[in-house]
Amino acid sequence: MDDETKKKIELQLPSRLGFEKVAMNTAASVARMMGFGEERIEDLKTAIAEACINAMEHGNKLDETLAVGVVLSMDADSLEVKVHDTGSGPEGHAAAPDIDRKMHEEEGARGMGMFLIESLVDEVEWVSSPCTGSYARMVIRLHPNEEAEAIVIKRSDGGKRG
Amino acid sequence: MAEKVTQVRVEEVESSTGVPITVLRYTGDITSASKAAVLGTYQGLALGTKRILLDFSGVDYLNSSGIALVIQLMIAASKSGQLVQTFGLKPHFIKVFTMVGITKYTTLHPDEPTARAAFPA
Repeated sequence: MDDETKKKIELQLPSRLGFEKVAMNTAASVARMMGFGEERIEDLKTAIAEACINAMEHGNKLDETLAVGVVLSMDADSLEVKVHDTGSGPEGHAAAPDIDRKMHEEEGARGMGMFLIESLVDEVEWVSSPCTGSYARMVIRLHPNEEAEAIVIKRSDGGKRG
Repeated sequence: MAEKVTQVRVEEVESSTGVPITVLRYTGDITSASKAAVLGTYQGLALGTKRILLDFSGVDYLNSSGIALVIQLMIAASKSGQLVQTFGLKPHFIKVFTMVGITKYTTLHPDEPTARAAFPA
């Protein structure tokens, strides 16, 4: 299914903490309608909430006149969520939190959002575009194991299809 | 849209072996707006508090900023030689706490009696 045939829902949220729950609950409703189990829905809720919080805090600097855009795109087997802001995007990748360093105050107690997103969804990418705004793109799949198996099969036969 | 304000109730209880335990019972959301409820309440505990039990059974939404406040509480408790046990987290948040490694510094118990019993006499 290409981009044009996907069913889409779009939200515009003010950059005020708390509004991430609108995106979170909308995505949960959509995922439930698509047949995702409750555990995956909880994963998705946390990932979307963290992406929206990052967009509000770091992308839009909590400027309430700037919107965070959330686009949910459904197809038969997956749900894609893009969270847009007006910032230049994150620098680098999410490092796993080091709880020992946190407990010894060698690193800040915060800074776990990107790690949680990457850990809880099947696919994630951070697209940085200082001129036009940036976005986080997340995907959860209804059958992630089948997808992984398909990739393994594709790799093992050199990508050739019989 | 307002976040659900964090409420916290402080209770003094005893373990089955009679040791005093201070329970912090949270309800609502735990987010960046919860600093007073999480850290402020902790800082207001009586001097000499040794055993702290965190009850999350009334918490529906907890994000990474809220988890950071819990870590800050645990740092302060560790510096003061206090022991922290935890119970009542929903299964998803048990997973999240485990992912970020908090379980190295506190045990996530399934219920209150088990958590109370985990404090040494």
